[in-house]
Amino acid sequence: MSEPTTATQTSPATGSFEPRIVAFFCNWCTYTAADMAGVSRMKYAPNIRVIRLMCSGRLDPQFVMAAFAKGADGVLIGGCHPGDCHYVEGNYKALRRVTLLKRMLADLGIEEDRFRLEWISASEGDKVKHVVNDMVEKVRALGPLDLPGKHKDWDKEMEELEAHVNHSQKEIPAHVH
Amino acid sequence: MSTKPKIGFYWCASCGGCEESVVDLAEDVLMVTNAVDIVFWPCAMDFKKADIEAMPDKSIVATLLNGAIRSSEQEEMAHLLRRKSQVLIAYGSCAHTGGIPSLANQFTREQILKYVYEEAPTMVNDQKTRPQPHFKEDGRETELPVLRNLVRALDQVVDVDYYIPGCPPPPKLLKEAVLALLSGKLPPKGAVLAPNHAVCQECARNDSKPQDISLVEFKRPHQIIADPEKCLLAQGLPCMGPATRGGCDAVCIKGNMPCTGCFGPVDNVRDHGAKILSYLASTAAGKEEKDIAKTLAGIPDPVGTFYRYGLAKCLLRGKVHATGESTPK
Repeated sequence: MSEPTTATQTSPATGSFEPRIVAFFCNWCTYTAADMAGVSRMKYAPNIRVIRLMCSGRLDPQFVMAAFAKGADGVLIGGCHPGDCHYVEGNYKALRRVTLLKRMLADLGIEEDRFRLEWISASEGDKVKHVVNDMVEKVRALGPLDLPGKHKDWDKEMEELEAHVNHSQKEIPAHVH
Repeated sequence: MSTKPKIGFYWCASCGGCEESVVDLAEDVLMVTNAVDIVFWPCAMDFKKADIEAMPDKSIVATLLNGAIRSSEQEEMAHLLRRKSQVLIAYGSCAHTGGIPSLANQFTREQILKYVYEEAPTMVNDQKTRPQPHFKEDGRETELPVLRNLVRALDQVVDVDYYIPGCPPPPKLLKEAVLALLSGKLPPKGAVLAPNHAVCQECARNDSKPQDISLVEFKRPHQIIADPEKCLLAQGLPCMGPATRGGCDAVCIKGNMPCTGCFGPVDNVRDHGAKILSYLASTAAGKEEKDIAKTLAGIPDPVGTFYRYGLAKCLLRGKVHATGESTPK
C-alpha cells in the first residue's frame, strides 16, 4: 500500500481545492448501493475513497481519528437502515458511537459537516450519489483540514532548539538562548 | 569514584506526584540507593544542570523523566538528559501520554495567558503585565523560558526507550523497572513496563460485570453511593477500565471510584480516547437517536473524560484551531 499523500489536493483542471473524503461503507447495504450506482452509470463526485467494512458496527472510532490525522478532509459512514442490519444490532452500535464521536470531534475543532453518518440501503444507489455530492460540496466550502500539514507546522517551534542542542553537542556546555 | 550504575530523575510539567511515588518505595528505596548512584534529582538533592553538562555522553545508565514538555527549558533538559543517558524512561502519565497538562491543548497559548494574567477572578493586573522571555533594565538582563504552543509527551520531543505508566506509577512498577535495568533483562525498546492487559482483568469485581451492559443513564460518582462489590460500569459509572492498561491492581476501584484511565492504552491501541468512546458509547441502551443522545448527555465532556491523561497522544493532538500563533510573544 502506498503512503498517503499529505499535500492538499487541487484539481489540475480548475486549480480549486478538491476535498478528500474517506467513506466507510457496510458490505450489505451502502457498499452494494455504491456498486449499483456504478452499474447504473450514475455520476457522482470522485472525491470519496471507499473502504468496505462488513458492518457499520465494525467502525472503530480510531478509524475516523486516523483518517483525519492522515489527511482526510471529511469522513462519511454508510450503513443499513435501522432494523435492517445484517448482524441485527451493528448499525445501532454505530449510531451510538457516531453520536458521541460527533460531539467530541466538535469539541476538538472539527467542523460538523466533515463527519457524517447516513443509512443507505442496497437499492438506494441514487442516495449514494446525492449524499456524496452534497457532502463534497459542503466540505469544499469548508476548505482543507490538512492535519498532517498542521501537525508539521506545530512541531516547527521545536526545530531551532533541537538544532542548537545538537550543535552544542560538540562544544560543552550547552546553553540555550 | 563509585562504579555503581548512575541513575537520574527529572521533572518537567508535572505535579510532583511522580517524585512522591519514588519516595513511596519506602524501605525499598534503600535497595535502590545501595545498588545505584543517584546523580541527578533536583526535587530531592542538590545537583545542578552544569553537573550534568560536564558528564560524558551516555554516562547515566538510566534517567526517569516525569512530566509533559511545555516550555523551552523542559525541552532543552529532555534533549540534554537524552544525550547523557543510555536509557531514557518516560515516567508517569504526563511523560508517557501528555497527562493532565496536555488537556491545555484544547486552548491556544494566547487564551491561556490571557486568562491567567488578565481574566482569572483572583487576578488584579490593570497594566496587563505578562512575564517576558527577555527583559532588560538598568543594564541587567533576564531571560525566561518560552511556552510552546502545544504540550507534548516526552516521545514527541526526544527518543524514548521505555515507558512507566500511571498517575503516579505504583512503586511496584518502579521497583520492577529498576531491577530489570540492573539485571540487564530489558524488554524490546519502546515497551511499556506494565502488563499488556486491561484493568478489568485485575479487578476484583470483574465477575459481576454483565455480559451485555445496557445503560439508560450515566451517573457521576457524587450522585450515587456505589455498591462496593458490583462492577461500577454496570452501576452506570463511566469506568475506563475496559480500555485502559492494567498494572495498578485496580486500586481506584478498590476505593470504590471508577478508573479514569491514567495507565493509557494497551499495546495494540493507537488512540486511547477513541477506544474508550467506542465501548462506552455502545453501552447506551437506546435505539432512537434522541434516546441515545439523552443517555450520552451524561458524559458532558468527552475530551476531558476520554483523554484525561493523554490529549497529547490523541491522533489529532489537541483542538484543531488551538495553534493560531507561531511565534512566542
